[in-house]
Amino acid sequence: MRQKRQVVTTLALLMVVSAACSDEPTPGEQEGTPERITLLGHDSFIQTATAAGAFDAFTQQTGVEVALVAGGDAGTMVNQAVLTKDNPIADVMFGIDDTFLSRAVDEGVFLPYESPLSSMIPDELVTSDRVVPIDYGDVCINYDKGWFEENDVEVPADLDAFRDEAYGRLLTVEHPATSSPGLAFLIATIDAYGEDGWKEYWADLRQAGVNVVSDWDTAYFGDFTRYGGDSPLVVSYASSPPAEVILAEEPLETAPTAVLEDGCYRQVEYAGILAGTEWPVTGGQLIDYMLSVEFQETIPLNWFVFPVNEDATLPDEFVEHTVIPSNPSRLPAEEIAENRERWIDEWISIMEG
Amino acid sequence: MSKIRWGWVAVAAVPTIFIGYFFVYPVIRILGIGLSELSIGASGVEARLLRVGWFTLWQATLSTILTFVAAAPLTWAVSSYEFKGRRLATALVTVPFVLPTVVVGTAFVALGWRESIGAILAAHVFFNVAVVVRTVSTVWSRIDPRLFEAARVLGADSRQVFRTITLPLLRPAMAAAASIVFLFTFTSFGVVLILGGFQYATLEVEIYRQAVTLFDLPLAAALAIVQLVGVSAALYAYSAYQETRSVSWALDSGSNRRPATGRTKLAVGLATVGTLAALAIPLGVLVSRSLAGSPYARMFVDDPVVGRPIAAAGNSLLFAVVAMCLATVVGLMAAAVITGRRGALSRWFDLVLMLPLGTSAVTIGFGFIVALDWPVDLRATLWLVPVAHALVAVPFVVRSTVPTLRSIEPETREAAAVLGASPWRVWREIDLPIVSRAALVGAGFAFVISLGEFGATSFIARPSTATIPTIIYRLLTRPGASSFGMAMAMSVVLAAITAAVVLALDRARVGDIGRF
Repeated sequence: MRQKRQVVTTLALLMVVSAACSDEPTPGEQEGTPERITLLGHDSFIQTATAAGAFDAFTQQTGVEVALVAGGDAGTMVNQAVLTKDNPIADVMFGIDDTFLSRAVDEGVFLPYESPLSSMIPDELVTSDRVVPIDYGDVCINYDKGWFEENDVEVPADLDAFRDEAYGRLLTVEHPATSSPGLAFLIATIDAYGEDGWKEYWADLRQAGVNVVSDWDTAYFGDFTRYGGDSPLVVSYASSPPAEVILAEEPLETAPTAVLEDGCYRQVEYAGILAGTEWPVTGGQLIDYMLSVEFQETIPLNWFVFPVNEDATLPDEFVEHTVIPSNPSRLPAEEIAENRERWIDEWISIMEG
Repeated sequence: MSKIRWGWVAVAAVPTIFIGYFFVYPVIRILGIGLSELSIGASGVEARLLRVGWFTLWQATLSTILTFVAAAPLTWAVSSYEFKGRRLATALVTVPFVLPTVVVGTAFVALGWRESIGAILAAHVFFNVAVVVRTVSTVWSRIDPRLFEAARVLGADSRQVFRTITLPLLRPAMAAAASIVFLFTFTSFGVVLILGGFQYATLEVEIYRQAVTLFDLPLAAALAIVQLVGVSAALYAYSAYQETRSVSWALDSGSNRRPATGRTKLAVGLATVGTLAALAIPLGVLVSRSLAGSPYARMFVDDPVVGRPIAAAGNSLLFAVVAMCLATVVGLMAAAVITGRRGALSRWFDLVLMLPLGTSAVTIGFGFIVALDWPVDLRATLWLVPVAHALVAVPFVVRSTVPTLRSIEPETREAAAVLGASPWRVWREIDLPIVSRAALVGAGFAFVISLGEFGATSFIARPSTATIPTIIYRLLTRPGASSFGMAMAMSVVLAAITAAVVLALDRARVGDIGRF
C-alpha cells in the first residue's frame, strides 16, 4: 500500500517537473500564446486599471488574460523589479519614470523593445531602446483663482516671483526625498537656474517662507486654500484644474484653479518587457495595445495624465481648463540618476541648515 | 511523558513555522542581499545615523509615556466601574487606531497642528491610546475586589491600595501595552513624514528613503539591522522584566461596581467624556468634511477610477477575518508555549514573535519578494496580504493573552492533571475560559490592524484587490472635491465598522469564566 502511494507521488512529481520544463521557450522557436500575461504597475495605475477593466479589450482581441500586480509606489515597484530580475514576478512593467529609469536599465531589468507604433509618439519623449513612453504629465505650480480675486493680488508671473516674501510664503512645495512631484519641481528649478543658480534660488525661497510638506496629498488637501489651507499656490499637476472640474461635487463651469506655465517639469511614464519573461512577444503586444488610440484615449480620465499617441483625442475638459506647457523642463534620465542623491542632500542642507 | 512532549512540539511548531517562513527567512534573505554590497565609509553617514537613531529612540520613549498619561483616566474608569456607555467608550477609543495616517494627517493639518514634534507626539498618542486602555483594563477589571476589601479592612487608604495591590498586579499588562506602543512609535513612518515636516526622520523613514528613493540597499540594510538590534534589546529587557515580575493571582469574572458617591460619578464621567472628546476633535473634522456633497450616496455607484467604493468594504472584511483567525490561532499557540515553558528558549521565542512589529515595512515587503518564490511561488499572490497583517497582529494576541495566562495558578492546572485530564483538556477547561476574553481583545486588535493596515502591505507585490485603505489612498492621489469628500466618507465608514466590530467582540463570550 505504502509502496504504491510512493510510486504515485513520484509519478505526479515527474509530471509536474516535466510540465514546468516544457514551458521554457526554446531559442529560435515561436513562443506561442500564453493563457495570461502579468503586468506590474504602481498602485494608482493598477487599482484604476482593475476598476475600469482597462485591459478587457486586449483579452478579447488576443485571448490572453492580463493579470495585474500592484507594486506599491513607483520607487517601490522599480526596486521589486530589480530585486527579482532573475525570477521576475511579471512579464511587463509599466509606470517607471525618468527619475528611476536609468537605475532599472543599468540593472538589466528590461529586454530591448521597439514598438511598431512608436512613429505615433513625439520623438522627444523616446529616450531609451528598452522602454516605450505611454503617458506624460506636467508637474506645475497650481493656484487658487478665487483666492487671488478675493484678495486682489496679482498672480505671480514666473518662478522668480517667489524669491519675494510676498509670494514665497504663499507657496507650498513637496519634499523631493519623499514625493515625486517634489523631486520634479526641484529638477525644474535646477533646469531653470542651472547648477550655479538653483541653490541660491532655494535659499531665497526659504528666506521668503516657502512651506515644505512631505507629499502631494498633504500639500493639496491639507495646505491648499482650495481645501481650507493657507497656501493659494501649490506644486501639483497641469491636469489638476480639469480634474477639479471633472471630479467636482457640484457641476462647475470653469476650473477653480489654474496652472503657472513657468517652472513646469514633464514626467514621462514608460512600459518595458521584463528580462526573464517567458513571453516577450506577447509582452510586446501588450505594450502595443497600451499605445493604441483605443487605450490611449482612456488615459486622461482614468489617470489624469496625457496620452503620448498624437492621434488620441483629449476629453473637452482637458482642452478647456488647462494648458499644456509649451516648453517644460526635462533632463536626461542619466543626469538625474547621477545627481539625484547629491541634489536632494544639498537641497536638505539648504532648507534645514 | 513522551506523549505530552509531542503535544508541545506540535503546538510550538505552528507559530515557529509561521514566523520562520514568513518573517525570519525573508528578512535574512533581504538583509543578506543588502549587506553583500555594503561598503562602509561614506562620509557624513554616521552623523546622520546617530541623529536619526537618537531621535527615533527618544520620540518613541516620550510617545509611550505620554500615551500612558493620556490613557490613564479612561483606563481607570472603565476598569473600576460599571456605568452606562462603558462598552461604547472602550469601543470608540479603538477608532483612531484604525484610521489611515494620511487622513489623520490632513485632519491635524486642518486643526493647525503641524510640522512640529508636538504634532508627532499628539498623533502618536491619538493612535495608541486604545492599546493601553484595552490591554490594561482587560486585567485591571478582573482583579478580585476582595483583595481591595481585605486591604481596606486592614486600614489601607485608596492610594496605598493602588500602590501595593493594583499597580503590582497590573505591571505585566502595563509592560505589554508599553512594549507595543513603543514598537509602534519606534517604527513610525506616515505620522513622522506628514506631521514632522522634513526636519524629523525615524529609522523607518530613513530606511524607506535609502532603499526606495536613493536605491542604497546596503545602507538601508545596515539601518534595518540597527533598527532590529534596537528593537531586540528593548524587547529582551522587557521580557526579562516581565518574567521576574509576573505573579500568579486569582482572576475575578469582572464584576465592576457602579460608581457610588457623587465624587466618583463625577470623576468617571470626566475621565470618559474628557478622553473621548479629545479624541473626537480630529474625528469631528473628518466627519464634517465627509458631509459636503453626497459622498455617501456615491459609494454605492461605480466609479471608473476606483470601482464601487463600498465593494472594497467586503474585501477589507474578508481579509480582516482571515488575518484575525490566523493571528489568533498562531498567537494563542505561541502564548501557550511562552507561558508553558519558562527559560531562555521561551524568552527568545517571545522576542522573535514580537519583532515583526518593530521591523520596517520595507524590510518585510522586500523580504517577501526575494524569498517567497520557494518552495512554491507565493510572491504576488493574494494571501500574502492577510499573512502580512497577521504578522503584525500576532504580537497583539500574544501580548494581550500572556499576562492573563501567567496569572493562572499552576496548582489549578496540576489539580486538573492529577484528576486525569489530558494536557489538551486542561488547556480547554482551564486556560481557554480564563484567557478567552483577553484573546478576544487580541483578536479585535488583529481584526482592526488588518482593516486599517496600509504600511506593510504597500511594499508587497499583490494582485489588485481594493480595500478601504487602498481606496482612500487612491482617492487622495487625485485632485477634486469629490475625491476628497469620498476619501473622508470612506474613513468614516472604516471608523464605523471598527467601532461595531470591537463592540461585538467585547460582548462575545467564549465559555464561562469561573471563579477560582
